[in-house]
Amino acid sequence: MEWLTKFPEMDRNGLREFKKTVDNTFTSFSRNYGEGIESFFDPLLSFLVGFEKLFLNTPWPITIFTILSICWLASRSILIVSGTLLSFLLIGYFGMWEDTMSTLAIILVATLLCICIGIPIGIAMARSNKVQTLILPILDIMQTIPSFVYLIPVVMLLGIGKVPGLIAVCIYAIPPIVRLTNLGIRLVDKDILEAAESFGANYWQKLFGVQIPLALPTIFAGVNQTIMMALAMVVIASMIGVQGLGLPVLRAISNQYLALGLMNGLAIVVLAIIFDRVTQKIGKRMQKYKSD
Amino acid sequence: MNNYIKIKSLYKIFGNNTTEALNLVKEGMSKEELLEKTNCVLGLNDINLDIPKGKIHVIMGLSGSGKSTLIRHLNRLIEPTFGEITIDGVNVLKLNNKELLEYRQKNMSMVFQKFALFPHKTIQENISYGLIVQNISEEICKEKSQFWLKRVGLEGYEKYYPNQLSGGMQQRVGLARALATDAEILLMDEAFSALDPLIRAEMQDVLIDLQLELKKTIVFITHDLDEALKIGERISILRDGSVVQDDNPQKIILNPSDKYVSDFIKDINRSRVIKAKSIMIKSISIKKENVPIIDSEMVLEEVLQEISKTKYYFVYVKNNKNKIIGKITLKQLLNGIQRPRQENKKYA
Repeated sequence: MEWLTKFPEMDRNGLREFKKTVDNTFTSFSRNYGEGIESFFDPLLSFLVGFEKLFLNTPWPITIFTILSICWLASRSILIVSGTLLSFLLIGYFGMWEDTMSTLAIILVATLLCICIGIPIGIAMARSNKVQTLILPILDIMQTIPSFVYLIPVVMLLGIGKVPGLIAVCIYAIPPIVRLTNLGIRLVDKDILEAAESFGANYWQKLFGVQIPLALPTIFAGVNQTIMMALAMVVIASMIGVQGLGLPVLRAISNQYLALGLMNGLAIVVLAIIFDRVTQKIGKRMQKYKSD
Repeated sequence: MNNYIKIKSLYKIFGNNTTEALNLVKEGMSKEELLEKTNCVLGLNDINLDIPKGKIHVIMGLSGSGKSTLIRHLNRLIEPTFGEITIDGVNVLKLNNKELLEYRQKNMSMVFQKFALFPHKTIQENISYGLIVQNISEEICKEKSQFWLKRVGLEGYEKYYPNQLSGGMQQRVGLARALATDAEILLMDEAFSALDPLIRAEMQDVLIDLQLELKKTIVFITHDLDEALKIGERISILRDGSVVQDDNPQKIILNPSDKYVSDFIKDINRSRVIKAKSIMIKSISIKKENVPIIDSEMVLEEVLQEISKTKYYFVYVKNNKNKIIGKITLKQLLNGIQRPRQENKKYA
């Protein structure tokens, strides 16, 4: 009756062999192809580095002015703009300017990457149910798997640095935009689509003329969520060599520096709030035609 | 050009394994039985229709009778299970994808029950949508949309968005959008059903006025008999996916083909619908002086007034060339107004 009280598990040797085989296969794979894959991501690296340099080298008044103008153009709200100004002044005053700029750079690049990859995937999912059933479980995995678990293969392949950090952020942040693009397109009124069809619109005319414009508010909610998740990933990404506000937080955890942790943590929160309010305002303005 | 649109033994079955279901239907299986045995829904059952050019052809039926399904076969928004549709000699079902798109762009346009305007486009962009799809230059689009906006009485609204307009105005835009492509065929799917009665009557008049001049081939779907009688030059009545009666409006009222149709028409005010020419006795000679002469298009209510004005119990009927073509006696008038006796048998 032993099999009832003790789970009939694989014997120890077998298990060890299994783990070893998986590890060795991946190690040899990364040994053989690691460099190739790394050089594949080189353009991304130089893009990210360029972006970071731009943020860091621009004199701070110009940066603040640019950020405020973008906030104003996007939101048209004095409240948001003045809040943003105050936040950035405080961040600079407390000595977190450079880290904030690095974080901004990686968030923006990650978001751009997620939009460029995520929206086409979402469109493909909306077009075919087969693609949808294929992609949905992958998104589920990406959202639920502990981030540390996929950090392992990423680091094995690409080492420590900005690019693996960026990839980790993207893996974590891309699902909402894919899901919401798919959802937004699928929710477009069937009658309206039928009208477009009855006038002889082809697939692309329907997609770009009707479906995407009508799905835009939903897609934008996805962009908003993607940015939020990217920000949430900043601390974890700093474990594998991403500069920015995450690094001091990490240091604060290991050394129990309460003030340092709080300050940088709050700076991340402030960035998140600014991004959120601004993108939500854009989303609302996209639905201007809904109000009269 | 008597049969511009020709529909021949058209079947539509929704569900899986439609080939087997089709055979069963052709052997005479009923809609309910088919649903029970094969889990397929019979949408259209052996439709044969000829629709003439330049007329308003009304397809009428209760909800679920297949009228919206039928109209969507004409521009192939729904693909048939079996059958043939030829429009102006072109076999529509043989068109490949590209030809079909072009066919929809150039030859037919559609007006929808729930308007189906593009909420993110302005009225002007909405109206010119059919032209934009054809990559026609912006200038012409603007010009044409202006023209049609004016024709449907919405001048000055070009920069508005659809939800800023009332239902009636939105459907005017829907109509203008359909007319802007200059397509010969206009498909109207319960186009006025979502409007309140006054606006609906107004829109019917707009359509009739436009039709007097444009002479389009209009396939108009409705569940409203008054509407069908008002605008239809020919009416087909659908029931459970088959055509029960296909006739001109007067004949449908005077000779309903079965209980279903007579139930349909039983609440109609006959004296306001039936025309003098439908009940008159044909005769050419005038026998008495001072007997009123009425127009053959006059409805019975007015005929009754004319008769009651005189001491005679009959009137003469003239056609539009002022020629006497028949007469109506009081007895015929009463027969015409009286509702035909109902058989108690319930239709199967």
